[in-house]
Amino acid sequence: MNAQALFTAYTTIVLREIRRFTRIWPQTLLPPAVTMTLYFIIFGNLIGSRIGEMGGFDYMSFIVPGLIMMAVITNSYANVVSSFFSMKFQRSVEELLVSPVPNWVILAGYVTGGMARGLGIGVIVTLLSLAFTQLKIHSLPMVVVTVFLTSALFSVGGFINALLATKFDDVSIVPTFVLTPLTYLGGVFYSIDLLPDFWQGVSMANPILYMVNGFRFGILGVSDVNPFVSLGMILAFIAVLTFIALRLLARGKGIRH
Amino acid sequence: MTNALDIEGLTKTYGSGFEALKGIDLKVAQGDFFALLGPNGAGKSTTLGIVCSLVTKSAGKVSVFGYDIDTHLSDAKLHLGVVPQEFNFNQFEKVFDIVTIQAGYYGIPLKKAAVSAEKYLKKLGLWDKRNTPARMLSGGMKRRLMIARALVHEPKLLILDEPTAGVDIELRRSMWSFLEDMNRQGTTIILTTHYLEEAEALCRNIAIIDHGRIVRNTSKRELLQQLSLETFLLDTELALDTAPDLEGFSCRLDDEGVLEVDVHKGQALNDVFMQLEQQRVKVVSMRTKANRLEELFIRMVEHNAPKGETKTEGRA
Repeated sequence: MNAQALFTAYTTIVLREIRRFTRIWPQTLLPPAVTMTLYFIIFGNLIGSRIGEMGGFDYMSFIVPGLIMMAVITNSYANVVSSFFSMKFQRSVEELLVSPVPNWVILAGYVTGGMARGLGIGVIVTLLSLAFTQLKIHSLPMVVVTVFLTSALFSVGGFINALLATKFDDVSIVPTFVLTPLTYLGGVFYSIDLLPDFWQGVSMANPILYMVNGFRFGILGVSDVNPFVSLGMILAFIAVLTFIALRLLARGKGIRH
Repeated sequence: MTNALDIEGLTKTYGSGFEALKGIDLKVAQGDFFALLGPNGAGKSTTLGIVCSLVTKSAGKVSVFGYDIDTHLSDAKLHLGVVPQEFNFNQFEKVFDIVTIQAGYYGIPLKKAAVSAEKYLKKLGLWDKRNTPARMLSGGMKRRLMIARALVHEPKLLILDEPTAGVDIELRRSMWSFLEDMNRQGTTIILTTHYLEEAEALCRNIAIIDHGRIVRNTSKRELLQQLSLETFLLDTELALDTAPDLEGFSCRLDDEGVLEVDVHKGQALNDVFMQLEQQRVKVVSMRTKANRLEELFIRMVEHNAPKGETKTEGRA
């Protein structure tokens, strides 16, 4: 396949993914908007007003970057894992496997589809947050780079999960028992300065902490960790997970007999 | 001339240890209409799955139009169109989208894909259903949709795994006619089927696979010439109480009173009619009892069965 044909194959996958999640918008776009609005009302307004300042900002301003990032992470991941696993389940993944699309184009297409949903939700949640607080961007490049890379990272993660999953339970195990706890403990709702030294050290092993803080630095200009370390960590995770995903695809793990 | 498909020493052992293919050699010439026959579990779908890269081979070589799937997989795939045994499209997508998306995977831009999709959906009688979600189609329409999808990139080799399974006779005949037309236009076709009359009606060359080995690979004509006995069913004008005594022929009445006559190779049917005429038995119609190819197939598969395994049934 020449470059133009590869691009056509890539855009076919991306557009099909976007069409999929927009077609079922009550399942994909509406729930995170409702959930995040509840977070803003309950944690930001009702409880936040009693908490006072966090990291030098009122509590609502402090949690908004974390909540946006949380929505981006969970939706990027969920889009790819559910879409690709459904294709495996319906066997329509065979349409891709018999075609000449290279593995890296398949991965790129699905990751872009996951990013489209993750970032789309990020924009929706950001717009909703404006009803509760004023967002002043400290560093737009940092905001854009962090959110794009984080969305890409969790899209690749969702793809690996879908390849390894053999039943629907396997699709929900990682988001429920790994992703959600790591996100909640990743500094979305608090600064790790509040934690004792030991738990601060433990928190530093949580990759999501770097993403949330990198994004928070881009918006508020404050972070528990060096923002460049955050970017380095995200890039390193992307490289490792991409390598794993391509290896699994080449071996036909979960998709070829 | 390069073969459409070349398979050498192909083996496949699944993770469970089951040896599905035990060293298969197969050649399909360009322009051929080829049948790969075998009982359930014989290795047909595994063979075709490897050619289409849905199954990874354990050893051996596979080339499609000269492109080795180990070194030129992308080129090999460009020449292939696949119609699988089971429905494998997104049931929620619309018919037109399923076909154009498949074209997109082959790098065909949407504008060009739309033209090709229209051509094949019209040919297969699905154009009126183009905006219908696939799940709303009947079984026969779904089968035709898979054929349209397989053809949208104009492959030179079309592989069909049980394409008419569960399809009514009328539709089956129209699909046969469509496939014959495709073959006449130059598309090489490889078919697996359980309907042996389908293979007999359509194919020029036939390979029979059993227990992971090719037990026969020859032309249909040569295969049918091996048939040494055929049974004919004769409908008589008047019901018979007992079967007439025909010298040199074995004959009997079936449960419905139809006369069954066994005719060996070299014997003339004229002798049957002459003797019946002499006994004042008037025949109003005649047909063969079993499909000829089916009879041969059963004999070959039974002959190839390992000791202790007598029939092909129960091996799915």
